Amino acid sequence: MSSGVKLLLPALAVLLVGCASVPNPDPRDPFEGFNRGVYKFNEGFDKAIAKPVATAYKDVLPGAVRNGVRNFFSNIADVFIGVNNMLQGKPREAFSDWGRFAFNTTFGFLGLADWATPMGLEKHDEDFGQTLGRWGVGSGPYIVLPFLGPSDGRDTVGTAFDMYTDPVSNHTPVDERNSAITLRLVSRRADLLGASRLLEQAALDPYAFLRDAYLQRRRNLIYDGRPPREREADLPPEEGSNGPQH
Amino acid sequence: MGLSIERAVAGLALVALTALAGRAGAATTAPDVLVKNVTLEVIGIVKHDKAMRNGDRKKIIDLIESKVLPHFDMRSMTATAVGLGWRRATPAQRAELTEQFKTLLIRTYASALTDYSEQKFEFLPLHMSPGDTDVTVRVRVVQADAQPVPIDYSMERTADGWKVYDVSVGLVSLVATYRTEFGNLVRAQGIDGLIRALKAKNETLEQSGGRDGK
Repeated sequence: MSSGVKLLLPALAVLLVGCASVPNPDPRDPFEGFNRGVYKFNEGFDKAIAKPVATAYKDVLPGAVRNGVRNFFSNIADVFIGVNNMLQGKPREAFSDWGRFAFNTTFGFLGLADWATPMGLEKHDEDFGQTLGRWGVGSGPYIVLPFLGPSDGRDTVGTAFDMYTDPVSNHTPVDERNSAITLRLVSRRADLLGASRLLEQAALDPYAFLRDAYLQRRRNLIYDGRPPREREADLPPEEGSNGPQH
Repeated sequence: MGLSIERAVAGLALVALTALAGRAGAATTAPDVLVKNVTLEVIGIVKHDKAMRNGDRKKIIDLIESKVLPHFDMRSMTATAVGLGWRRATPAQRAELTEQFKTLLIRTYASALTDYSEQKFEFLPLHMSPGDTDVTVRVRVVQADAQPVPIDYSMERTADGWKVYDVSVGLVSLVATYRTEFGNLVRAQGIDGLIRALKAKNETLEQSGGRDGK
């Protein structure tokens, strides 16, 4: 990954130059000009390379094979999902994740099949960014990462940890590792083919839509779907409060 | 990470699948029962209608309008999405905003309805005390090829039965997500600017919708 990052630096420098002031600054997104540049770059990369490859992957390979690929990588990820649950003080979930890994690795043929889910061991969504959030680290500014997409200060650090500990990224020999990383990315992108079209449809400004969705989702994930509520407070009063009559 | 968020956004479209139940007796139907009935009814209809499965948008839009929409409090959703600007809007502007926002949501959902009609739904138990007037009904869409997508319906009890006032898909609230976008537009171009942008968006969807149909 790090050699890829080095290659990116010139591209980023160009993007930074293109960084202009934006019409509606959002306090959560102080680098919006820069972020929009990276967003555009990511879109271009996706359109030219990632999406066509993912489409071909989906068209060529039967669903059973794609399921196997997805399950295989998902199974490997369960190890550190468990670690993160432990770090967040949720040992029950952690043991469930490790139980999933043990079960699927053996009976699920090295993780190609996910038998643990139908058995009631639920798949969790945890990562180091969420662990940091759980520990009270603030989100920091919103950041769009090249290739990886939406993130924030905290999640960028978290993602670096995720990569550092990722068994796939640490696999040797390197050519096998690179093939595995590519396959994992293609598999993930293929699962989202319907999604990107919908984003285009739903949003007036896809950049802002994606940003807000990301920030909300991360907040919710940190609290495992039940964050302290904050929305009623800033709800506009119901009609009737309009105008000077009251 | 970036990828899972896109999935969440895509899931917003699944909302269409929740309709709420038949009209009669709606006022007394429990919110979770309502969600379940309508979801299953709409899915059932799409499944058995070849034209809809092949992307007959007009038919799908009609279905959403007749079965799903009556159970949404569109005015409240629009008011919250528009935020502060709503207070300054005239009644005519409010009506127009509500109409355009509704159209945008219907169009978006219609595109997804066929894609998602094959999925299975899990209806999670509702935690509700007898006097509650504001509840969250939790549904999960179980997809053959991906992790389940949670859909949470925020519902409020009204004189006219339980109404949905926000939907979260994949932990992303629909109303809150539109809020910043709408707020920016209102600040830059005023309420009429937002109305114009919504109209333009709807027209684009109308034109492209028929063609890339599926």
